Amino acid sequence: MTCREFVDFLMAYLELELSEDQRAIFEEHMGACPPCVAYLDSYAETVRLGRTVCRDPEGPVPEDVPEALVRAILAARSRES
Amino acid sequence: MIERLRSGEEPAYEELVRTHGARMLAVAQRMLRNEDEARDAVQDAFLSAFRSIERFEGQARLSTWLHRIAVNAALMKLRTRRRKPETSIEELLPGFLEDGHMSQQAVPWRKDEPDPVEQGELRELVLAKIGELPETYRNVIMLRDIEDLDTEETAKLMEISTGAVKTRLHRARQALRTLLDPHMRGDVS
Repeated sequence: MTCREFVDFLMAYLELELSEDQRAIFEEHMGACPPCVAYLDSYAETVRLGRTVCRDPEGPVPEDVPEALVRAILAARSRES
Repeated sequence: MIERLRSGEEPAYEELVRTHGARMLAVAQRMLRNEDEARDAVQDAFLSAFRSIERFEGQARLSTWLHRIAVNAALMKLRTRRRKPETSIEELLPGFLEDGHMSQQAVPWRKDEPDPVEQGELRELVLAKIGELPETYRNVIMLRDIEDLDTEETAKLMEISTGAVKTRLHRARQALRTLLDPHMRGDVS
């Protein structure tokens, strides 16, 4: 397996979509190629960071809906009904 | 709540908006990055939810159902935007030599736990870099990794095949990794 193939199959590996044989080949490459291991780790960290920063409870989630928006939604509903 | 909505109790509509509106607005803001469009999308989402409350099946959580509707409304808004030529993602993907090795070897990222100040900076950095992705790729990463939709749901919303979702997601993650790499490498202080 080359590094190019390793990167191509990275997502399938992380999402457990590879067969047992494919997985063994993938892991054999990992044992011999530290840069690919660094790539895999940083790829996985990228996915984790995307998930955590956007779901961070300290993040920019407003506590209340803006009053003007509530009013606009209810007014639009009245117009529809 | 559902029964009250179905029987047309006016206060139930307001309660639904006040209970779920903030979270739906946050979803729309993440996807659209424009306050006016985000508010429009949330309004569209609630009107759509009011109209289809009869079809809501009790097995799903109300918040999950509304989340899907908000995502859909935000995507509709994205589709109506004037299409701008997308920047190429190719330069953000790893390059390879003829023998299959990476042309630039990856370096491990630092593993230290950020303090609260650094955590805030990191959040801003990641959001900014997601914002730098070409829109098609940003959308797929938003739907799959951030809004947690599965491949089939994402494919349906984006009107592409599940195979195309997987390919785009993998390329989007690689591109985001490239954008974060200079800030995350363990060999820089």
